[in-house]
Amino acid sequence: MSAPKTIYDKIWNAHVAHESDDGTCLLYIDRHLVHEVTSPQAFEGLRTAGRPVHAPDKTIAVPDHNVPTTVDRLNGIANEQSRIQLEALDKNALDFGIHYYPVTDIRQGIVHIVGPEQGWTLPGMTVVCGDSHTATHGAFGALAHGIGTSEVEHVLATQTLIQKKSKNMKVEITGSLRPGVTAKDITLSVIGKTGTAGGNGHVIEYCGQAIRELSMEGRMTVCNMAIEGGARAGLIAPDEKTIEYVKGRPHAPKDADWDTAVAYWATLFTDEGAQYDKVVTIKGEDIAPVVTWGTSPEDVLPITATVPSPEDFSGGKVDAVRRSLAYMGLTPGTKLSDVAIDTVFIGSCTNGRIEDLRAAAAVLKGKKIKDGMRAMVVPGSGLVRAQAEEEGLAEIFVEAGFEWRMAGCSMCLAMNPDQLAPGERCAATSNRNFEGRQGRGGRTHLLSPAMAAAAAVTGHLTDIRDFS
Amino acid sequence: MEQFENVSGVAAPMPLINIDTDMIIPKQFLKTIKRSGLGVNLFDEMRYDEDGKEIADFVLNKPAYRDAEIIVAGDNFGCGSSREHAPWALRDFGIKVIVSTSYADIFYNNSFKNGILPVILAKEQVDVLMEDAERGENARITVDLENQTISATDGTEFKFEVDAFKKHCLMNGLDDIGLTLQKKSAIDTFEQSYTKRLPWV
Repeated sequence: MSAPKTIYDKIWNAHVAHESDDGTCLLYIDRHLVHEVTSPQAFEGLRTAGRPVHAPDKTIAVPDHNVPTTVDRLNGIANEQSRIQLEALDKNALDFGIHYYPVTDIRQGIVHIVGPEQGWTLPGMTVVCGDSHTATHGAFGALAHGIGTSEVEHVLATQTLIQKKSKNMKVEITGSLRPGVTAKDITLSVIGKTGTAGGNGHVIEYCGQAIRELSMEGRMTVCNMAIEGGARAGLIAPDEKTIEYVKGRPHAPKDADWDTAVAYWATLFTDEGAQYDKVVTIKGEDIAPVVTWGTSPEDVLPITATVPSPEDFSGGKVDAVRRSLAYMGLTPGTKLSDVAIDTVFIGSCTNGRIEDLRAAAAVLKGKKIKDGMRAMVVPGSGLVRAQAEEEGLAEIFVEAGFEWRMAGCSMCLAMNPDQLAPGERCAATSNRNFEGRQGRGGRTHLLSPAMAAAAAVTGHLTDIRDFS
Repeated sequence: MEQFENVSGVAAPMPLINIDTDMIIPKQFLKTIKRSGLGVNLFDEMRYDEDGKEIADFVLNKPAYRDAEIIVAGDNFGCGSSREHAPWALRDFGIKVIVSTSYADIFYNNSFKNGILPVILAKEQVDVLMEDAERGENARITVDLENQTISATDGTEFKFEVDAFKKHCLMNGLDDIGLTLQKKSAIDTFEQSYTKRLPWV
């Protein structure tokens, strides 16, 4: 009998197309997702070298980072550079014959929401994209990670990636979550514990009862932020929920293929006794609703806590915290629930799915956002938007005073016109609170969709458990 | 890619930990469809004020460091997004070597593909080089990739590890894709048997 393997070991082994003596491998790639920002230089490289796309059928493009999210975007895009970048993707998709969802297509949206939604992402696959949040697809038991533009070109040309195997890391969340605690609180709490470099060089497998109890949307939220903990990929073994989610999607296997696929997926779990290089265990009941207070995703505390002081830390973190607090305009000792905010952003590949919108709408039903608050909901895809409209969620958002936008990355990275002005403070369901991330001088607090909605109503960071 | 030559030059000290890719090259510069010309926007929001004027006390604006070829940085340099614009901007500015205790994985890989050597050293060793770097033009750090050594101004030499394949590509300025396509038959063979086994993929 062979040695027990982790699910990562199994997926890795199934995709090694070539291994050199020094362990450098060519890893075969099943799905290559492409967006407008990290691909133009790669396609240009192919053109210059006269190389075709090796597997256009496994390559899927959708514009998301740069697209405006206002309804009038269909009349043309004002920013010239953005327009050129989108036109380049239009042309590249056409010239190289890859699957494409242009801005005008209702299926357009954030690449990491579109992939699973259309059934491109399936268990056991290798999925790459020139975007660090590709880790999202790991929720299906796929090995999914972000790559740079040179690697995008490499995958386009060869359908492989030059890789050495990463280490195995297990993150187990035992027991169940308490009321008001969500997938976002899990993933932020893990980063709070391990730090943003804790997963460097590792692939994380998330497991445990609390992970099993999450919906597929919740699992995507957890895996999405594996990269914020330094891990290139995070994954969760597939189960009944995974199969149920995938079944019937446009690009999921059908008929006899479906049965073969399901049988194969049933082998994708970590064997009893498999070894991990690193293990982190957190009790589900110990996780509280959390928010970030600083400019690194590891700067996480329960909403009941106070802003820390640089002296609470050691080493290089002391200066980093001093800088963070100055940037964030926060004083140590301030209760986090007293921090006033002026902007709320609900969306992104972390929390832009239907379940996230339902959670936020449940909080907002029959309520109004605070006077002067700027609040926007940016659905993760055109289909999420349509479903939310059908379920009456859009109406709740609009009546509460939220802007109801078209799909895109929007204010998560603020490449399009959705930005914070200097000093503005935003409660955001996205994934990064870096300096300038949402706009130069803008201040970001990461939290769950329900907490973001509550903050829009009260005007300050709010413990969802106290909100009524 | 041009071949990596040994470097002996001024190093800029950036002791801040977790220097992220949004700091290295803010998103407004990702709208380009080219790889070149990003050096002027390297560390843009730390380097220029809102009116576009240089912020005098930012390290790369100080006279001693304007031609720095090395950055000595705090832990976990390059965390955040996968944007290759980060190494493009660093290289375009003239940075050839970064020294830190650790890097984010994607940034680390991206660097090698753009002629930048990210050196990993122990904390005490980074501290020595950081002190050197803080002495500005009076200190030169020397990096020898072939022998995998980095030398402080006083001649103290530190050995560093680097993946043999990455080193080979960097030293010879090799194009990954060309190398991989030499193994095209292995890829094709794999693809055929894989597709037979999992036709729905």
